[in-house]
Amino acid sequence: MNGIARFLMGDTTADRIVPPTGFTARLTTFTAAAMAFLAVFALALSLASGRLAERWSAALAQTATIRISAPSDQMAAQTAKVMAILKETPGVASAQPLTDAQQKKLLEPWFGPDLPLDALPIPRLVDVRETAQGFDAEGLRNRLAASVPGAVLDDHTRWRKPLVAAADRLRLLGLVAILLIAGATAAMITLAANAALAANGQVIRVLRLIGARDRYIARAFVRRFTLRALAGAAIGTVLGMGAVLLLPAQNEAGGFLTGLGFQGLGWAWPLLIPPLAALVSFLATQAAAFHTLRGLS
Amino acid sequence: MIEFHHVAYNYGGGELLTDISLRLAPGSFHFLTGPSGAGKTTFLKLCYGELHPTAGRVTLEDRDMRGFSRDEVAQMRRRVGVVHQDCQFLDHLPLAENVALPLTATGQPRRDDDLEALLSWVGLKPLSGHLPPSLSGGERQRAALARAVITSPDVILADEPTGNLDWEMSLRLLTLLVELNKMGKTILIATHDLNLIRSAKSQVPARVLRIRDRRLQLAGSDL
Repeated sequence: MNGIARFLMGDTTADRIVPPTGFTARLTTFTAAAMAFLAVFALALSLASGRLAERWSAALAQTATIRISAPSDQMAAQTAKVMAILKETPGVASAQPLTDAQQKKLLEPWFGPDLPLDALPIPRLVDVRETAQGFDAEGLRNRLAASVPGAVLDDHTRWRKPLVAAADRLRLLGLVAILLIAGATAAMITLAANAALAANGQVIRVLRLIGARDRYIARAFVRRFTLRALAGAAIGTVLGMGAVLLLPAQNEAGGFLTGLGFQGLGWAWPLLIPPLAALVSFLATQAAAFHTLRGLS
Repeated sequence: MIEFHHVAYNYGGGELLTDISLRLAPGSFHFLTGPSGAGKTTFLKLCYGELHPTAGRVTLEDRDMRGFSRDEVAQMRRRVGVVHQDCQFLDHLPLAENVALPLTATGQPRRDDDLEALLSWVGLKPLSGHLPPSLSGGERQRAALARAVITSPDVILADEPTGNLDWEMSLRLLTLLVELNKMGKTILIATHDLNLIRSAKSQVPARVLRIRDRRLQLAGSDL
């Protein structure tokens, strides 16, 4: 920690050996700010995707639906048979046939409020809740097929898996985007540092001639670029967090797109971006400086 | 101190220096002369490790400079002050800070009184706040000398230090170098100015070396 503090405090006399160079200074600050801004959004995307995957996973896990298709005069008997089977099935916590009103509500978005449910051959749905251990879906399917041929078990797996996989993939893409942003930042700062080192060839030659060590010369450049990247990334992060704050609040109608912001402690994650940008800049500039210095006698 | 052992140097287009052996004894005063392109600057660069010989070896206190780490090269250059033909400075820093740069860059304490005395000694105190681009050739040469000696090095190498100076200023600079030699510093000056050499020989027992046909010769009696 003392080393970092000493590095940040710097040596004002030593700092002056590198002339102020407007172009590379502005380029580094702008690059760090732009990349930090993008990193905030990539982080928000990644965190939101993670939350979405967890929500979908939690919402659809440990529930199942049984759909009973039967003539209307046999529906009650078939439903009773299914309920009896479910009662004896280990791993079923509770089972409840949906009432006509509940089924009507489910269909309302597609068919409107005046659906004549009695006149249509609509299957009866049974909402099944599993215990923590879950039930043997394949065994239940076989028993239903033997006793109630019109009953079909849907344990949501075929819906849940691709949704969770898609959300996980989005989270991964967010993380890859952050890594690419870090790599692009390192590349651009390396280019800026190389330009500054080339422009200050005379300074470096003079310093070598008078007996300055490579570490001293490199530190003068590295410190300057690290502080520029830190300042730029701080600006970019604040702007990015402000932009995320202005996104619409999460609501059901908006779905995934309105859930892109940070939540709770999630707001702390973007605060890591400036120090990480400074670290990337430190490593990139140090590598560039020592590479240049090794080329000089 | 610095010794050449059968040193040769080849730039790739033929040998520039061949079979040179020399010992720069502590407190000695040497001139190095020869026609332009004879290899005087190359010889000096071999002395402070900017170049390494293609054959033979250059040693500093019996250690081959080729084996020095980069930190050891830096350490060695703190003991060897160099005044270049084209004096390079940090153009954005005032003269006083440029002269004090060897102290700043090596973490040594800088005393303003000593710095002022040094600038007075080379006649540049009134210009201490000026930036290098505003200095004349002679002022730059004297500033380079002040920078070369501020850490009190054991050896001072000067490459055509009077090349940009009029005769009066050349003598003044020579006087400074002679004074340093009397303080025990080893001096090696590369020059083709024979009048300067004659003037120095009247003040100090100097050896004159000449590079001829790629070899180093003692050339005292004909000057």
